[in-house]
Amino acid sequence: MKAVAAPQAGLRSIPALLARNATQMGNRPAYREKEFGIWQSWTWAQAQDEIRALALGFLALGLNRGDHVAIVGRNRPAHYWAMVAAQMCGAVPVPLYQDAVATEMAYVLRHSQARFVVCGDQEQVDKIIEAEEGDDTVEQIIYTDKRGMRKYDHSRMNWLSDVQAEGRAAHQRFEDELDARIAELDYDSTCVMLYTSGTTGKPKGVVLSNRNVIETARASSEFDRLQPTEEVLAYLPMAWVGDFIFSVGQAYWTGFCVNCPEGPHTMMTDLREIGPTYFFAPPRVFEGQLTSVMIRMEDAGRLKKWLFDHYMKLARRVGVALTDGKPVGALDRLRYGLGNLLVFGPLKNTLGYSRIRVGYTAGEAIGPEIFDFYRSLGINLKQLYGQTEATVFITQQPDGEVRADTVGVPSPGVEVRIAENGEVFYRSPGTFVEYYQNPESTASTKDAEGWVATGDAGFFEEASGHLRIIDRAKDVGRMADGSMFAPKYVENKLKFYPNILEAVVLGNGRDYCTAFINIDLTAVGNWAERNNIAYASYQELAGHPRVYEMIRSHIEEVNESVAQDPMLSGCQIHRFLVLHKELDADDGEMTRTRKVKRGVIAEKFADLIEGLYDGSDSVYTETEVTYEDGRKGVLKATVRIEDARTLATPAQRMAAE
Amino acid sequence: MMPQTQQAATAAEPYITPDGRKIGGVLMDLRNITLRFGGVTAIKDISFNIREGEIRAIIGPNGAGKSSMMNVMSGFYIPQEGEVWFRGEKRPQMRPYKVARLGLARTFQNIALFDGMSVLDNIMTGRLTMMKSSLLEQALWWGRAEAEENRHREQVEKIIDFLEIQNIRKTPVGRLPYGLKKRVELARALAAEPKLLMLDEPMAGMNVEEKEDMSRFILDVNDEFGTTIALIEHDMGVVMDLSDRVVVMDYGRKIGDGTPDEVRNNQEVIDAYLGVAHD
Repeated sequence: MKAVAAPQAGLRSIPALLARNATQMGNRPAYREKEFGIWQSWTWAQAQDEIRALALGFLALGLNRGDHVAIVGRNRPAHYWAMVAAQMCGAVPVPLYQDAVATEMAYVLRHSQARFVVCGDQEQVDKIIEAEEGDDTVEQIIYTDKRGMRKYDHSRMNWLSDVQAEGRAAHQRFEDELDARIAELDYDSTCVMLYTSGTTGKPKGVVLSNRNVIETARASSEFDRLQPTEEVLAYLPMAWVGDFIFSVGQAYWTGFCVNCPEGPHTMMTDLREIGPTYFFAPPRVFEGQLTSVMIRMEDAGRLKKWLFDHYMKLARRVGVALTDGKPVGALDRLRYGLGNLLVFGPLKNTLGYSRIRVGYTAGEAIGPEIFDFYRSLGINLKQLYGQTEATVFITQQPDGEVRADTVGVPSPGVEVRIAENGEVFYRSPGTFVEYYQNPESTASTKDAEGWVATGDAGFFEEASGHLRIIDRAKDVGRMADGSMFAPKYVENKLKFYPNILEAVVLGNGRDYCTAFINIDLTAVGNWAERNNIAYASYQELAGHPRVYEMIRSHIEEVNESVAQDPMLSGCQIHRFLVLHKELDADDGEMTRTRKVKRGVIAEKFADLIEGLYDGSDSVYTETEVTYEDGRKGVLKATVRIEDARTLATPAQRMAAE
Repeated sequence: MMPQTQQAATAAEPYITPDGRKIGGVLMDLRNITLRFGGVTAIKDISFNIREGEIRAIIGPNGAGKSSMMNVMSGFYIPQEGEVWFRGEKRPQMRPYKVARLGLARTFQNIALFDGMSVLDNIMTGRLTMMKSSLLEQALWWGRAEAEENRHREQVEKIIDFLEIQNIRKTPVGRLPYGLKKRVELARALAAEPKLLMLDEPMAGMNVEEKEDMSRFILDVNDEFGTTIALIEHDMGVVMDLSDRVVVMDYGRKIGDGTPDEVRNNQEVIDAYLGVAHD
C-alpha cells in the first residue's frame, strides 16, 4: 500500500478532483445508469463535460456564490452532476430526502433559503410548489424528467438538459467566471449541507467543508484500499451522508464508478447485473434478502434443499474462519471449495454479491445469525459506526477483525474517548463545521476543543481495542452496586430471538435486573400449532407454562452471553414475566416507530415491577387498554413471575477464587 | 358522398381545452350503425364521432352494447347497416389486423395477453404489424432483422419507461397481479403507436390505488403522445374526470351524447342508471 500523506496541492475541492480524474483517467467509466433497459455510461472526461455545461447553465440562470441549491430526486447521474456543478459555481448543494412530504420539505426549504431546486420529476416539482405555499421563495426549478411538465408555468422552470444546452451555448461568456469560481474553492469552503433526519425536534442542517469530505474520503479509501476499478451501486437516499461520501467523496477521490439503478423497484436486478465490489446496506436489506432466500429454499426440490442445508452447515462451521483468513483444516477447505462450486457461488451470484471485496452495514444492530450467514459465504461484510456530524466514519472494522457485536476500531485520523457516564465522544478531520444558522445546537454538540458528543454509550473492549456501542447514553444507568446498566444492549440480544417481539429490561438503581417480555404472536403461535398447544387468546398463550419454559431458555442463553462481558455482566436477568398484552403505540407504551417508552411503562405496570422485586410468584393486575376504535377497556390478568438462572460475574468469580 | 364528409369534418372546429390540449377534427365517424345477432339487435342506429386528441367515453348499463360498439369500431364485427369513417375515408370491410395497420389498437375487457411470455415479449407483439423482415430473416437473425428489432425494442423500452414497469420487464405475464396485467395490455396497445386507442373497461376489478394509477397513465398517454382515446368504463367518477365527451347507450340505443356535465343532467341517462318505473 502506497502511503499518500497529504492530498496533492490543489486537490482541495470536489471540482478539483473531477478535473484530475478527467485528465488522469479520462477514459475510465465514472457514471452508469440503466435507462431504457440498457446501461448507459459516462467516462470521467464526459462527466466533466456534462457537469461543466450544467455549471455554466447555472451561471446563466444567475446562481451566486454561497447560494443553496436543493436537490430532490432518486440516485441519478444528473443529480450528482447538479451537486458538483453547484460547487463549481461556489454554491452549496443541499440534497433532500425525496420521500419527504411537502410540509417537511417546506421547513428545510425555508431554513436553507434555497434559491435553486433541482427536482427529479413532476412529483417533486409539485411538492416544491406546494411547500412554497405561494411564496415563490425558490427562484429557479430545474427538473430532470420531462414527463408531464409541459403544461407548467415555465417562467422560472427549466429542463436540466436545456440548462446544459444553454450553458454550452454561453460557454464563451461564462467560462472565465466559472474557472475563477472553481479556483476560489479551498479546504474551508463548504462542500455540502445535509439535513439530519431529526428524531427529536426540527431537522438540523449539518455543514461539511471540503476538508471534512476529502480528508474522510482519503482516509477511508486507504483503510479499505479502494481502487479506481471498484464498482458501487448508488441506491440509498442522496440526502444521507453515507451516499454523499461513497458516491461523491470516495468516488471522486479514488475515481471509481458509480452505478445508478433504473428505478427503486429494479434495485435487486440492477445489483445482480452490476455486481458491486464495494457495497453498503443497512441491516434490513440483508435481513430481507436472507428471508427471501430461505423462503425460496423451502420451495426448492429435495436434492437442492439437501445440498443447501448440508453446505450451509459446513459454512456455519468453517466459513467465517475462512473469510477471516484463520487456519482451517485441509479437508474442510476442500469441502468448502466444493460447496462454493455447488452452493455458495451460485447463491452469491443470485444475490449480486459475487464480486464484493468490501461490504459495510451500519445504522442499527444486525442480528449475529444474519451477519454470520453472509460472512460464512465468503462475503467480507463489516460494520462501521458513524454519524452525519462526523462525515460518517467514527469507527470501522479492519479486515480480519470482524465481529457482530463490535463496531471496530477508530477510523484513521479519528480520536475517540469515553466520558465518565459512558458516552462516546470523537474528534476528527471529518468533524462538521456547524449546524446551519443554529449556534446554540452547534455549541451544545461540539465543544471548544472540537470533541463531539454522539449521544451513544459504549466502551472499548480491552482485549481487542474495539468499540462496542451499548445504548443511547440517556438510557444508561447504574445499578445499586454501581455497575453499568444498559437495558437496550440486553433487549437487543433478546429481540434477536424470533419468539420475542419486545423486551423491557428494568434495573436502574436496583440490586438486580428483571425483564418484561412480549412474545411474537406469529412465531409463538406457529410453534404452539406444531406442538399441539391449544390456546384461545394472546393472554392465554402468553401465560402458558411451556411458553414460559421456552422464554426462560432464551433468557438463560442471553444471560450466558451477557456474563462474558466484564462490564455488563451485572445486566443478567434474574426474574422475568411474559406480559399479558402486547405493548402498543395506541396505549402510549411505544412510539409510532416502535421504540419502548420506559417512563410510561414504569408507571403503568408499577404493580408488576413491584412483583418482580418483592419475590412473589404471581401478580394480579388490571390494565387499561385502548381498542382500535378508540374505546377503552380493562384487561384483567394474573401474571406469573419466574426466575432465570444467572452466572457469576467474572468479578465475583475472581473474588470466590 | 364527398360533400357530406366535408361537412362532417368542418362541422367540428379545432379548439383548445381549458387544460391546454388541442382537439382537432373528426378522427372516426360512426354513421347509423346497426348490428344484429340473428334476431337480437345489439346496436340500433347509432351515430357519433370521435375527434382527434380527445378522450371519448362510452358508458351504459350492462348489456347496453358498449363492447359490441367497440368491436364494430375495431372491425371485428361488421354491422348490418351503417358506415365507419376513419380519417376522412369510408372504411371498407377489412380484417381486424388490417384495421390495426390503419392505426387502431385496443385492450380487452378480459385480459388477452400471452401468459407464458415475458412482459417485454408481450409488448413487442404490439409492433408485429410494423415489422417488415421475413420469417426467414428473423429466424436467422440476418438482413433487416437485427436493425429492425433494435429499433422496435427502443420504442418498446420507451413505453416500458413511460408506464413504469421496468422492474417486471423479464417477468412472465402469468405471474403478474391483475392491475399490472392491465398495464401491460395498455403497453402493448401503445406499442402499435395507434392514432386511436380503444380501452375496454381499463379499470374493471381494480382497487382505488390501481384506478388512480391507470387514470394518470391514460391522461399522460393522451397528453404526451396526443393519442385519441375511446374508452368504455363503469366507474362514473373515472369517466366524468377523464373524458371530454361521453356517449351513453342503453339497450343498444344512444340516449345521450355530450360533455360530462351535459350527460350528468340528462333525464334519460339518469333514468337508465337509476331505473324508472315502466307504466
